Amino acid sequence: MAQTAAWLDGNGMAGLLSEVFETEMTTVDRGCGTCGGHHPVGAHRAYRGAGTVLRCPQCGDLAARIATLPDRHVVRLAGTWLIEVPRDAAPQ
Amino acid sequence: MARAPIVWREATVRATEAETPSARTLRLDVPGWPGHVAGQHVDVRLTAEDGYQAQRSYSIASAPEDGGLALTVERIDDGEVSPYLTDEVRAGDTFEVRGPVGGHFTWRVRDGGPLLLVAGGSGLVPLVAMLRHLAAHDEEIDARLLVSARSWDDVLYREELAVLGRRPGLRVAHTLTRETPPGWEGFARRVDADMLRAVGPPPEERPRVFVCGPTAFVERAADVLLSLGHPPAAIRAERFGPTGG
Repeated sequence: MAQTAAWLDGNGMAGLLSEVFETEMTTVDRGCGTCGGHHPVGAHRAYRGAGTVLRCPQCGDLAARIATLPDRHVVRLAGTWLIEVPRDAAPQ
Repeated sequence: MARAPIVWREATVRATEAETPSARTLRLDVPGWPGHVAGQHVDVRLTAEDGYQAQRSYSIASAPEDGGLALTVERIDDGEVSPYLTDEVRAGDTFEVRGPVGGHFTWRVRDGGPLLLVAGGSGLVPLVAMLRHLAAHDEEIDARLLVSARSWDDVLYREELAVLGRRPGLRVAHTLTRETPPGWEGFARRVDADMLRAVGPPPEERPRVFVCGPTAFVERAADVLLSLGHPPAAIRAERFGPTGG
């Protein structure tokens, strides 16, 4: 099982994703540009190495790569991400 | 869900309780804690005197209704963080937490049932939070929990699970994979199709399925669930990988 033990769920990256995007990301729907599958970010496969890589749980294609440097995060996204960000309600 | 930058907060250990020889529950006071949903986790950060930092994720064991934050930590013997949290930390000690995080692996009573919860080892932690949340409400929801552990001594929350299992609608099953006590009447093998069929509910009842445990356990359980006909979208998984403990 060595190859399967090397990854986690996108859900396990929730803290990092919240730090980068300042909103809940694990429930975000991502459409894969390669296989066409749609999955919540939390159901993607997350690989941690020098940076963090998210891959499509269906075809393994790259979904996101996050490199955390001393002064910034560098984020590359692939596929279609539908991100809904709550706003403060307009004053009544 | 309000939009707010995720911040590190200081957590003070209020009390600790041994759950098994290798797992301990930490009850924390976290000023400014915004509350959580059952199934979520927190990131924990320890800072050494020389500034070296180590960060890990731990599932929240307490129900949102408990009004506090409790984590149950399993010791990974060669780990960097968990042996400190299970063996050394005392009431009054502090470390940093941020969260709650993870909206995907969550369940609320209003989401409804039936529920099928499958736990491998300390993968029980976020699932017991869901059952504690359910128990805090009057609603009767069909909920089944299957707990897989190596031996009876490794099962977290044993007495509490026995009490929960007597609630209407809630059933708890155990499987022990290495060692069984004399007279054991539960399952005694790794999770398989017959076992999940016996635990139910069947796919036709469209249960919401949550599986949590080590990566290999979750892979196996998810494969079995798919083979029984549970749709992929109904199965939510949380895996513990090689995060260094």
